[in-house]
Amino acid sequence: MIKKNSHFDLLSFSLRLLTRSAIIITTMILLFIIGYIFINGISHMKPSLFAFEYNSINVSLFPAMINTITMTALALLVAAPFGISTAIYLVEYANKQNKLVDIIRLTTETLSGIPSIVYGLFGYLFFLTFIGWKYSILAGALTLAIMILPLIIRTTEEALIAIPIEYRQGSYGLGAGRLRTIFKIVLPSAISGILSGIILSIGRIVGETAALIFTAGTVAQIPSNLLSSGRTLAVHMYALYNEGLYVNESYATAVILLIVVIAINALSTFIAKRFKKG
Amino acid sequence: MQWVFLLAACTSILAVSLICFFLFTNGYTALKEIGLQDFVLGMSWRPKNEIFGIFPMIIGSIYVTAGAILFGVPLGIFTAVYLARFCPLNLYKILKPAIDLLAGIPSIVYGFFGLMVIVPFIRDNLGGNGNSLLAASILLGIMILPTIISISESAILATDKTYYEGALALGASHERSVFFAVLPAAKSGILAAIILGVGRAIGETMAVIMIAGNQPIIPNSLLQGVRTMTANIVLEMGYAADLHRLALIATAVVLFVFILMINLSFSMIKRRIR
Repeated sequence: MIKKNSHFDLLSFSLRLLTRSAIIITTMILLFIIGYIFINGISHMKPSLFAFEYNSINVSLFPAMINTITMTALALLVAAPFGISTAIYLVEYANKQNKLVDIIRLTTETLSGIPSIVYGLFGYLFFLTFIGWKYSILAGALTLAIMILPLIIRTTEEALIAIPIEYRQGSYGLGAGRLRTIFKIVLPSAISGILSGIILSIGRIVGETAALIFTAGTVAQIPSNLLSSGRTLAVHMYALYNEGLYVNESYATAVILLIVVIAINALSTFIAKRFKKG
Repeated sequence: MQWVFLLAACTSILAVSLICFFLFTNGYTALKEIGLQDFVLGMSWRPKNEIFGIFPMIIGSIYVTAGAILFGVPLGIFTAVYLARFCPLNLYKILKPAIDLLAGIPSIVYGFFGLMVIVPFIRDNLGGNGNSLLAASILLGIMILPTIISISESAILATDKTYYEGALALGASHERSVFFAVLPAAKSGILAAIILGVGRAIGETMAVIMIAGNQPIIPNSLLQGVRTMTANIVLEMGYAADLHRLALIATAVVLFVFILMINLSFSMIKRRIR
């Protein structure tokens, strides 16, 4: 190799080596985790794992999959309108000097730092002890809705801020009011950014365990209604670990969780990329 | 219509107030009965004898977090430097989503991986039963990597170009310019990344439970088990009643206070950056 400098600079060389090793180690860790789970898990994917009802022989994860989908839909149904409206208020309406805006930002930041077990405990105290529900999908979904609220607010806010002011001015110039401008011009232009935020929240819901154990409970069946307990895939995996008998099934569950996470990440990057181009 | 949006925007205020109210009132009842000092500084946790001292768990959380920082921060910062200043664009397009993926893996999967790989590795090579402070530190170090990397990277990218160019103009190599001119300029942002990493590590629950051993005593070595505050809650909440249950909620209050302090220092640093 030809060097630009005539002398060899040991410090520069070692710094370059360190950064290279760091990125290699980080990538190796990721590949190792994913590879290890996949290699050990794929062989344990049996049709019986997808039986409609769970019992201790088939250890089916199918009910948990359905519960995960219900939980995700319900939590998003609650969190998305509130989160998006909050972002609209912060970006389109709020006066930046407003004291209330400061408080909203402070509380949103606080929410995003609260660990999921604290959410779980709050959900337990509020929905179960105070309101008097039992362990239920609804209690779990509402707890998760609060948990993902800051994520939706932040991503929507970023998407709205990225819309050029000229779009709004053009709309006002054509005689549209503020509300019409928001719904007809601003939101449609920001849709990809908002969507990629929602997809990221799906990832958090699917992976969540600690907030659900004491709110949604650990029943391994599809509940007949939303006020009954049902466990999601991640909780299912924890329950299997607790019972200590089902390592193979845990691997299989981990594979499904990873597939979901990889798909979600790919989708979110894809949508965000379209957003940048458009 | 503005009022509808405003009302929705107050949801986070309502949520934080409710969370604080329910945690603090329940925690207060527990603290009144146990006594703040006996609870926070008490050395033994024996729910059956109504002895509730969480000092070992506080120390456990701090040890585990410190271990995670020790493993995660150097690796994370060097990776961030590589991504920000050394990485060819083509490679970046592959590596960046990979780092994001690391953030997306559920903690229960991390915990399972730790249980299957890290714990046996420590048991076979270093002794002990493997469920240990060391295992938890390594795993948490991996789990906080994406936080450290992405925030440090944006901090490095946000530094003024003149730092780098000035250093180059003075004859420093690319590496020296990055490490001795750009990095110091980005130090507040990197500090913010570390603080956020601390918050993630101290609040992590499921992964830690599966590999830390969970003995409620202060460990004497890296190979001994440790119980964190988060683990204490999940392990016993399922069957706890009365004062025991309140003591677990009070544990969450102590954790919450830690998190609030971490959040506060994070937003103070962020304000300084602006």
